[in-house]
Amino acid sequence: MNGDIFWIFLSAMLVNNFTLFYFLGLCPFLGVSGRVSTALRMGGADVFVLVVTSVVTWVLNTFVLPYAPYLRLISFIVVIASVVQIVEMAIRKLSPTLFREMGQFLPLITTNCAILYLAIFQTNRGYGFLEGLSFALGAGAGLTVALVLMASIREQVDLSDVPAVARGSALVFIIAGFLSLAFMGFAGLLSGGRA
Amino acid sequence: MSHASGPGRHQEGGGAILTRGIWEENPVFVHLMGLCPALAVTNSVRNGLAMALATAFVLMGSSVFVSLLRNAVPHAVRISTYVLIVGTFVTVVDLFMQATTPAVSKALGAFVYLIVVNCIILGRHEAFASKNPVGRSLLDATGTSIGFLIALVLMGAVREILGSGTFLDFRVMPRAFEPWVVMALPPGGFFTIGFLLLGLNTWAARRHQGHEPIRPFLNPVTGQGGGP
Repeated sequence: MNGDIFWIFLSAMLVNNFTLFYFLGLCPFLGVSGRVSTALRMGGADVFVLVVTSVVTWVLNTFVLPYAPYLRLISFIVVIASVVQIVEMAIRKLSPTLFREMGQFLPLITTNCAILYLAIFQTNRGYGFLEGLSFALGAGAGLTVALVLMASIREQVDLSDVPAVARGSALVFIIAGFLSLAFMGFAGLLSGGRA
Repeated sequence: MSHASGPGRHQEGGGAILTRGIWEENPVFVHLMGLCPALAVTNSVRNGLAMALATAFVLMGSSVFVSLLRNAVPHAVRISTYVLIVGTFVTVVDLFMQATTPAVSKALGAFVYLIVVNCIILGRHEAFASKNPVGRSLLDATGTSIGFLIALVLMGAVREILGSGTFLDFRVMPRAFEPWVVMALPPGGFFTIGFLLLGLNTWAARRHQGHEPIRPFLNPVTGQGGGP
């Protein structure tokens, strides 16, 4: 059981990385990956919203949705967005420092496809509370790793002489392709190197 | 985006509304929106086509509703209203696909649900459907849907031909062709859009020499460039 929870974390973070394997959260991946410090704060905010989402999803799946399965999608969106908003207000009140660090990213993340995907995935795979939590932490760590790696590469690219046509998004996508290729190497972790 | 569809441009003809989203303001290649489905489900033409059609249904249906309700919905809750409308249409499309084409529904998986958070849809509602009558909004939604379809089929074609040597399951490459398996895998998605953008940028740079060839990352709602 404990082993499972660890593998769920590792798989979400490295092998099935949300950004590099499922293409989730690409808007922030393109928009906020210019500098490492911003990328790190965005990653922190990601982890936070994903964990909140996971808990909310578990509550909905356990207590509400068995009675109205067709409301799944709509309730996920509405409830997650509202809970994040409430938590955001609480943080602003309780810890202004923390809010300054990640507050600006929170509204951006709520409508991020990674969040909804986490909720749906957690439901489809029938994860319990702890498994869901570990999945959310892994997914958040994975998003952070991808963002920080991309930001560090882009900081170097800024100093290089890049042809005008490749400047901007085209090059970022090609770099992401190579990162994604590199992350495919982690697939061996799950199969024990047999595949 | 919003500069071309703001209240000051009401004289824009129906044909222009329809064609704008197809090429000149293609949602994927120009605005870099809807990237998650554009990369995730385009490992074959068929999946890309199915996703594009599902998105088109949701975009067109919800645009009509947003446009009808444009004077009834208070400004402060408009986004939540749009999301609810879109969520309803996505539920319809998901149940429909599960019932009629279970294989496709299975191949697209949870990405059908992710149509809800496709920023193309909310972007068109905010920038156009919420300010224009039903007919014009439907034209705008149709044009954007066709643009999205072209992008997805193009991506799917490149990845399917190189990744499995087929097009819509027909073998098009010679038997001796060794499939580039990586093109059908996630890295192939990134490479395909990267090189397509590179090609389009080169083409655009040649066409309007001296102009800025690359559009910056655009905020889907405000139409302004630059991330936070």
